[in-house]
Amino acid sequence: MPNVKPPARRVTTYKIVQGIIGVVLAGYLIWRLFVVFIANPSYGPDTWARFAIAGLILGSVYALVAIGYTLVYGILRMINFAHGDIMMIGAFGGYFVFEALKSIPTPTLADPELTFLNAHPVLSVIAAFIVGVSIAALSGYFLEKIAYRPLRGAPRLVPLISAIGASIFLENAAQLLFGAQRRDYANPIVLTRGEGWGIPIGGSNVILTYTGVLTVVISTLIMIALYLLVMRTRLGRSMRAVSENKQVAALMGIDVDGVISRTFIISGALAGAAGVMWGIHLGLVYHFVGFIPGIKAFTAAVLGGIGNIPGAMIGGLFLGLVESLGPAGLGINFQLKDVIAFGILVLVLIFRPTGIIGEVLTEEKV
Amino acid sequence: MAMLEVKDIHTYYGNIHALKGISLTVEQGEIVTLIGSNGAGKTTTLRSICGLQKPRTGSIQLNGEDLNSYKAHQIVSKGVAMVPEGRGIFARLTVAENLDLGAYTRNDRTAIQEDLERVFTIFPRLKERQRQVAGTLSGGEQQMLATGRALMTRPRLLLMDEPSMGLAPVLVEAIFDVIKAINKEGTTILLVEQNALMALSIAHRGYVIQTGQIVLQDTAANLKNNETVQKAYLGIE
Ligand SMILES: Nc1ncnc2c1ncn2[C@@H]1O[C@H](COP(=O)(O)OP(=O)(O)OP(=O)(O)O)[C@@H](O)[C@H]1O
Ligand SMILES: [Mg+2]
Repeated sequence: MPNVKPPARRVTTYKIVQGIIGVVLAGYLIWRLFVVFIANPSYGPDTWARFAIAGLILGSVYALVAIGYTLVYGILRMINFAHGDIMMIGAFGGYFVFEALKSIPTPTLADPELTFLNAHPVLSVIAAFIVGVSIAALSGYFLEKIAYRPLRGAPRLVPLISAIGASIFLENAAQLLFGAQRRDYANPIVLTRGEGWGIPIGGSNVILTYTGVLTVVISTLIMIALYLLVMRTRLGRSMRAVSENKQVAALMGIDVDGVISRTFIISGALAGAAGVMWGIHLGLVYHFVGFIPGIKAFTAAVLGGIGNIPGAMIGGLFLGLVESLGPAGLGINFQLKDVIAFGILVLVLIFRPTGIIGEVLTEEKV
Repeated sequence: MAMLEVKDIHTYYGNIHALKGISLTVEQGEIVTLIGSNGAGKTTTLRSICGLQKPRTGSIQLNGEDLNSYKAHQIVSKGVAMVPEGRGIFARLTVAENLDLGAYTRNDRTAIQEDLERVFTIFPRLKERQRQVAGTLSGGEQQMLATGRALMTRPRLLLMDEPSMGLAPVLVEAIFDVIKAINKEGTTILLVEQNALMALSIAHRGYVIQTGQIVLQDTAANLKNNETVQKAYLGIE
């Protein structure tokens, strides 16, 4: 059915409220930027660089997780609210690999105390990724099979409720299995948190941490690989076909359920990689570790236009940057960075529910 | 043995009893048309055959093999393709990607390339538009794409649901010429049409369907001269 457009440019209360909020916010933002940069500059360029680097690292993790939301939404038109918990499972996978390798003695003449973790840091990190990614991919697969597949064809709210249930279940299961305490990720010594290359900026040394660089590089590689997978391979093409029209996809001989399974495996794998990087870079893992990044990544996906893969990538980076530059820019407490992220979510949903990147071509248009 | 043999199928949408015992056969090499007014069950019949809407009772056999236990995506590799009602092209994919998806289940590269050439010979317009996103094609071009994509499955039986819908008269003629040509090259066709006159002029046989039941079946020539058909579907008083 064609959209029934209201008669030209009617001014509704909703639009007036939108406009007022917009003007107030824009005014506040301009005033703050004026204060922070011109009237009363409280931070030097080195501090801003530190914030930007932190934001970039955080943003690349959000981007990976956001892609998972967007892939699943694109194919099932549902928000997989348990996605953050799949990330948590991946983080635990990497954690236990490091713990296990830490306890394998690999003595040398120079250092009789040496463990496998420090003797072979590259292999150890690779092993952590392989295990974290695989276990998260597997969890994604079973999550769909158990919590969503039986509800195929049910009203849209039903799988959403099931997703929230699955999320609560996974968090509690992890707490039961691993306890509620926060555990320290035992990185190999070469990846000691906080250490890195020093870059002189504005008279002081800004540290580019090894773990941060690792995070950004790996995220970027994974995103490139994913983009190629979706755009260039047979599986990617079938995923795009299923996301547009499941019935016609079946008429092409595509096993729709199989493609849905693979989509969950892929988004689980991305979340798993994000979880391992989260652990390596930020250091802590516990049963609730996926919750906040999960919601942030969801925000990023909405920001980029849910269902839109490049949108999720850009949305993730944007959110990471805004969140770490925002408190300083707005002159508010740094504890309030989460408020900024969720404030953005609310604003996007009010002003542009289709995301900031612009709309995707919908089937209705055809 | 008939190529397609549909025996007394009953298909439901929830509680709605859409097909109330449809039986029909299509012989190898034929064009058979299914005509009937809106809501009679034509689309549902095709959807039952290709597995998108499984009948609750009755049987559908393709060259003697029962299709009941196969899912829609498996029936494609048995040689059944469908050009769905409303075309069902993938609007965000390019023309080339749409055509590639037609060959999704195949891996005979050279034969796929041959079929692609053949589709481009039938529809030169598609060749020019290969890199274009399919959603930006005109209605007629989308119909060509949907037909070409179905041909890429290299079907033995092609189900077509109202291929002339929404097309200008010239294009309708062109599409019907293509259907005849495809059939001459050996593809069996089951054609659903609102445009009964056109359908009967290229078909060998036809069935008339009314509220989920076959009420008439005959050769196309006889149906054209049948008084009831003329009144109800050909607009001849
Ligand atoms: N998805 C559906 N859910 C419920 N009822 C349906 C659905 N699709 C079709 N029907 C019903 O089944 C009956 C047959 O529909 P069908 O689409 O097969 O008709 P048709 O002969 O193809 O009509 P048209 O010429 O308008 O395309 C109709 O009464 C219709 O309302
Ligand atoms: Mg129909």
